[in-house]
Amino acid sequence: MADISNKTEGLADLLLGSEAIGRGALEGGVNVVASYPGNPSTEITEAIRQVAEKMNIYVEWSVNEKVAVETAAAASFAGLRGLSAMKQNGLNVALDFVSGISTSGSNGGLVLVVCDDPSGITSTSEQDSRPLARSLDFPLLEPGTFQEAKDMTRFGLELSEKIGRMVLFRSATRLQHARGRTLLGSLPEEKRKAHFDTSKQYVAFPSLPRHVEAKERMAQAKELCKDSAFNVYEGPENPDLLIITCGSCYLYALDAMNLLGLWDRVGILKIGTVWPLPDDLIKTHMAKNSRILVLEEVEPFLEGNLKELAVEWAADVSMPTFFGRRTGPLSDTGELNPDIIITALTEILELTYEARPPAYDQQAKAMVEKLVPPRSLALCAGCPHRASYWAIKNAEVLDTRDGFVTGDIGCYSFGLFPSGYSIMKTEQAMGSGPGVGYGFGKLGQFDMQQPVVAVVGDGTFYHGALPALVSAVNNQSNLTLVVLDNGATAMTGFQPHPGTGLDAFGHPAKPVLIEDICKSLGVRVEIIDPYDSEAATQKVLDFMNDEQQGPRVLIMRQQCALQMARSGKLYDVWVDQEKCVGEDCGCNRYCSRAFKCPGIMWDAQAQKARIDEAICVGCGVCAQVCRHEAILLKPLKAVQGKDS
Amino acid sequence: MTKHALQKDPLNAIITGVGGQGNVLMAQLFGRALTDKGFAVTVGDTYGAAQRGGPVSSHLRISKQTLYSPLTPSGQADIIISLEPVEALRVLGGWGNPGVVVISNTRPSYPFDVTSGGADYPALADITAAAEELAQKTLFIDASEIALEMGAPVLTNTIMSGLAVGLDLFPITADDFIAVLKNQFDDKKFNLNHSAFQKGLDLAASNKWSD
Repeated sequence: MADISNKTEGLADLLLGSEAIGRGALEGGVNVVASYPGNPSTEITEAIRQVAEKMNIYVEWSVNEKVAVETAAAASFAGLRGLSAMKQNGLNVALDFVSGISTSGSNGGLVLVVCDDPSGITSTSEQDSRPLARSLDFPLLEPGTFQEAKDMTRFGLELSEKIGRMVLFRSATRLQHARGRTLLGSLPEEKRKAHFDTSKQYVAFPSLPRHVEAKERMAQAKELCKDSAFNVYEGPENPDLLIITCGSCYLYALDAMNLLGLWDRVGILKIGTVWPLPDDLIKTHMAKNSRILVLEEVEPFLEGNLKELAVEWAADVSMPTFFGRRTGPLSDTGELNPDIIITALTEILELTYEARPPAYDQQAKAMVEKLVPPRSLALCAGCPHRASYWAIKNAEVLDTRDGFVTGDIGCYSFGLFPSGYSIMKTEQAMGSGPGVGYGFGKLGQFDMQQPVVAVVGDGTFYHGALPALVSAVNNQSNLTLVVLDNGATAMTGFQPHPGTGLDAFGHPAKPVLIEDICKSLGVRVEIIDPYDSEAATQKVLDFMNDEQQGPRVLIMRQQCALQMARSGKLYDVWVDQEKCVGEDCGCNRYCSRAFKCPGIMWDAQAQKARIDEAICVGCGVCAQVCRHEAILLKPLKAVQGKDS
Repeated sequence: MTKHALQKDPLNAIITGVGGQGNVLMAQLFGRALTDKGFAVTVGDTYGAAQRGGPVSSHLRISKQTLYSPLTPSGQADIIISLEPVEALRVLGGWGNPGVVVISNTRPSYPFDVTSGGADYPALADITAAAEELAQKTLFIDASEIALEMGAPVLTNTIMSGLAVGLDLFPITADDFIAVLKNQFDDKKFNLNHSAFQKGLDLAASNKWSD
């Protein structure tokens, strides 16, 4: 990551959207940053963390998003500036507090950055967070460029402090994960001290008068944003068509305008202060345009609000024809891109456009169809989750009662797909594996006979599984909970969690162990190494058949294979091709087709299995899977004890 | 034309590969070298859960004047650099056009769909023939083999970077890129990457394009 603490004002830096937001927070004098990792938001906090110690900023990876916003809010109440960053799913976790602070108000500048994920590329939804700004009375900023991502973060902190209300800042995947030229501003010299003014209260009740006050503060925000430089018009005085856009769609629109050569007939009004809207500016442009195309991710939020204004102004502004994600021609689902916008513009303006010669286009597409295999995402070679799922799958087969797995969010979500044997049958939210599993565990009175195994990752256990586990003890739910413990929040880049024993900076912290929590609840808890395939299978079977009332917790503990790849192989692994029976094995090639570790390849020439040494991490599980003892192991270091 | 002139504005390059191969870092280093030379650069990374074996592409949009979007419109790539042969074809299929140039590593990284038995991986000869047919010119090199000879497969991306700079694909000099490498790595890693980059430059001098 880039070092975002460079003091050279005016320097052109190449920053990730995430880094630009981090830099903007520094320029805005942020003191406290508390977040929970989740793509595409993770790198904002990561970028600030890397420079935090030298700049006396407090950064933490909180246990979940609600605690993160509460931590940043406490800083604000004490007169400091705070920021919290999360993905859209995380905002839902924090929402109860977010709703409360919308009425209680805040003090020092406070910004909540929410990073939406159009098309749900790394998410369970493509939820649009923006309508919350309207329903809960928060100003909403949405950057269209890297420069704006930086400048708006600073502006958001300042605006929040002026109006005594948290500001929502909405980014999206495409800006977060892209780099662009950004001119650096100055870093503040001011050093704030934390002090809570006890003559004040930040309370959400009584809610009605607080709501009235929130509306007044929004009116103040509207006044402060009405001439904002984040709202810009580019184009001719009286265009044939006006594009009104916000966020990452702005740059796509520029691409489309350039390729179609539309600068003399189409104008672009880019809105950065998306709620409350700059009414006067919009009215001026609406009056001059009879056709308006609205470009935004994902819901028609801007489009709906513009139409509402058009209705209000019907007496003095003639009603334009609108195009957008509600009216069409754009779809109301999925991420936009330059191609989709080009198509929409050619349709509305009745143009023709060829990206490349039609014969070439056909040939290129036919070539991909013929030669290019799909590249599905898969659990990494040697991933302990695969080993755990293999054990659970085999235990379910041996059990014969048609058992199944409830799960949730993390690398182990690959249990949804062939790579994880499609073993996971429910998956919704952080911690919902245990929560839904707990619910199934109470269905005995309705004659439910199937054993249910709930799985949860170690990070997710702390984040969202504890209430379900406590309920399971309290209500005696017949729950088998398997914790897939790889020691870190692996999916988002190995951030520490409460069990890791490290803080965000890698300094020692007091670990809160999953087994200790379970013991304190009086729950049967055992730890097993999923790489020990047969023992793990038997243990899962034993847990599934435990006659005791209430939950039991099996911790399958083994470090993440990406860590293993760095720390060195446990075994040298190879295939004795004399012993390998190839296509004649079990389910044809049992090791590669059934076990599916990408470290096992098919040697087409020899018609035998082969280990791909480049990606094998030497976990040794496949040697236990092979029924012909053709996969051989040589231990490379002392294999650790099975119970840690 | 001087080394720092832009042959087309915007110049669109797509650097592609498979999660973990280092193409994202490679695109970032090119982006930084170009930014240092005063170009307006956007580098857009497109991936899902990248470390888990999926395809990853970085879109480099280079301009003298203005900032372009992080996604290259279809059919608009000028340069494709791939660390994996079928990934070169995947990008060519979507972003190729008769003027595109392609340089690619020849070492396959087999998709999960192939190792688990559901799909076939094409022969290298078929891959290079398909690329030659669709691109203006191509160059396929086993950069992974050279990286392995140097003792570190992770150097493949730096060798390919040297090849790209040696072939004058970007408006920067070898020294511009080396300056960025020096900034990026500690001394030990810099030395390794510097020699890998030099190997790439040498390859550019000793290999010829296929038209």
